[in-house]
Amino acid sequence: MRYQTEWTEAEVVSTELVSSSVRQLEFMPVTGTEIFTPGSHLSFEVMINNLPETRSYSLVGLYEKNKPYRVSVKQLAESRGGSNYMWQLKPGAKIKISRPANNFELQFKHADYLLVAGGIGITPMVGMAQVLASKKVNVTMVYVGNSESDMPYINELTALLGDKLTVHTLEKDKTFFNFKKLISELTPGTQMYLCGPLGMMDEVRHQWEAHKLPATDLRFETFGASGKFAPQAFKISIPRLKLELKVEKNQSMLDVLNKAGADIIYDCVKGECGLCMVDILSCSGEVDHRDFFLSDEQKKENKKMCTCVSRVANGDIVIDTAFRGTEKTVENIAAKTNN
Amino acid sequence: MNAWYAVAWEVDIKKELFPRTICNKNIVLYRRTDGLVVALEDACWHRLLPLSKGRIEGDEVVCGYHGLIYNSDGRCTYMPSQETINPSACVRTYPVEEKHRFVWVWMGEPSLADTKLIPDLHWNKDPLWAGDGRTIKANCNYRLIVDNLMDLTHETFVHAGSIGDQHVAEAPFDVTQDGKTATVTRWMTNIDPPPFWKSQLHKKVKYEGKVDRWQIINFQPPATVTIDVGVAPTGTGAPEGNRSSGVNGFVLNTMTPSTDKTCYYFWAFCRNYALQDQNTTFETREGVAGIFRQDEEILEAQQIAIDQNPDREFYNLNIDAGAMWSRRLTDRMVEKEINKHVTV
Repeated sequence: MRYQTEWTEAEVVSTELVSSSVRQLEFMPVTGTEIFTPGSHLSFEVMINNLPETRSYSLVGLYEKNKPYRVSVKQLAESRGGSNYMWQLKPGAKIKISRPANNFELQFKHADYLLVAGGIGITPMVGMAQVLASKKVNVTMVYVGNSESDMPYINELTALLGDKLTVHTLEKDKTFFNFKKLISELTPGTQMYLCGPLGMMDEVRHQWEAHKLPATDLRFETFGASGKFAPQAFKISIPRLKLELKVEKNQSMLDVLNKAGADIIYDCVKGECGLCMVDILSCSGEVDHRDFFLSDEQKKENKKMCTCVSRVANGDIVIDTAFRGTEKTVENIAAKTNN
Repeated sequence: MNAWYAVAWEVDIKKELFPRTICNKNIVLYRRTDGLVVALEDACWHRLLPLSKGRIEGDEVVCGYHGLIYNSDGRCTYMPSQETINPSACVRTYPVEEKHRFVWVWMGEPSLADTKLIPDLHWNKDPLWAGDGRTIKANCNYRLIVDNLMDLTHETFVHAGSIGDQHVAEAPFDVTQDGKTATVTRWMTNIDPPPFWKSQLHKKVKYEGKVDRWQIINFQPPATVTIDVGVAPTGTGAPEGNRSSGVNGFVLNTMTPSTDKTCYYFWAFCRNYALQDQNTTFETREGVAGIFRQDEEILEAQQIAIDQNPDREFYNLNIDAGAMWSRRLTDRMVEKEINKHVTV
């Protein structure tokens, strides 16, 4: 269920570095905190180039009376500005936040749970692990990352889960985690909750399908911030609109198109709904599909892309939009943009 | 509210969509092929059409508008005209249990749903007791029914001729509470039995004469009332604890708020005598249903009067102690929950 965002004023209570690249921030709204379920997130009004934008971060841990909300933010080299803004917040700073909302709800009636987190995808999993550990259910967790120094909450999770926690790092283990083996050995009926970078999520989803496990036993949350390639700048041309645009590496294609007046309809802005899709006419590089809307086959066909999250690597792209208006309107758009 | 609420009799929930408004929230229930009951939020994730306007296909629910399909975990398994499914797409599910012949739903924080907290109505499914009941869709706030049940003095005036007589209005009573439940105990010793109890006693023993009659009303918050009632021939030791010569019934009542001004009222009358006699089951159920129709009329009129006099409060009498303790126990439960949820 989707709820309208209600903003309230909140104050930063504390900030703390919880790994080499992750900062934990605590917030107390002026109206007090509200109960939330594990998997919930908060939206924040962040200022980017002095303009307000919205970013969502998972709540870490469980609701506790009189305790502030906790979120953790990874500093990303390719940040579009959200993580930088969050990182510069100091105790006492004021920020607008939403009420907690949950798109990644944990269901309790099952016997076996597997939580899989990659990198900063750990944030919604901490509360899930805490609540499941307190129940009479079997919960195991796999936490994958580059190096332990970079991965927050390992100590807390070890204390909570003991040998039910597997920490796998590229640095120590030298290999990627073997999801094929993990999934082939699952107890039937196991509920998997997954959050991590796109490549890892794709691998898990492919293994899940290959083992013919019920799609509804796998829940995942996306944050649309990762792809096959590191973000690069690229050019878009839209012949119908006579537009030539440049997308910088810290900008989204959707924002650039809309700022230029190309008028793209959109909704979720995280690669789920498919509304911001455009037609690909040609591409001199590779389309880095980062969405969850198009199927693998559709992504291979390369006829459409979701502009909110997907990008182009090593080349440029020619697209078409939904616009079918008059020549005069086209000239107006082009004139405005080129000025 | 973090509590189990009865939403239907077990037999009411079949392989069809069964919508109910519980605590101002719309839910839809159905029974899966394996017999398990499911409760989903009754609004499609997509454009909020009540799912109860759709249909069941296998164990899944198909929305009646654009055909989105949800499984019994509330997860979307089909979206029209696209090859994938939005990972956020789901509707809320509510914990459900079947117990004491009722279907119970937990409307609050799901991780706190503990089946041990289901109100004790075991008489409704116990080989030593027989009986049956009904559901009333009452046009009044559920608390008015609790008030009604916690003070049976009204029997004399509302139910004269069946269970009510002057003794009930005149006999002294005790009100006790243990922090969790409230109890009103009333003994009427050495009296002529009212017509209903006279005929019930005859099903067990041919006895003409004075009886000792009891009414022990117990309240479990937020809205369950069990009434231990019966008569025994005077002098056989019932007030001292030996009820073996008498007949005993339990009136089981559990109320579920629907809106602020309506509720579902589930009741049953169970007895520990004439266990094999279907006629007694039929007669007592119909008899109680008739008695409760008299209450319904009073309570609806009371709700209308409350609505027409928004600036007025109730006066309380000595007889209202049980009702007042019930309200206080429920208020404390609510207060505890609110304090837990919102903190500054």
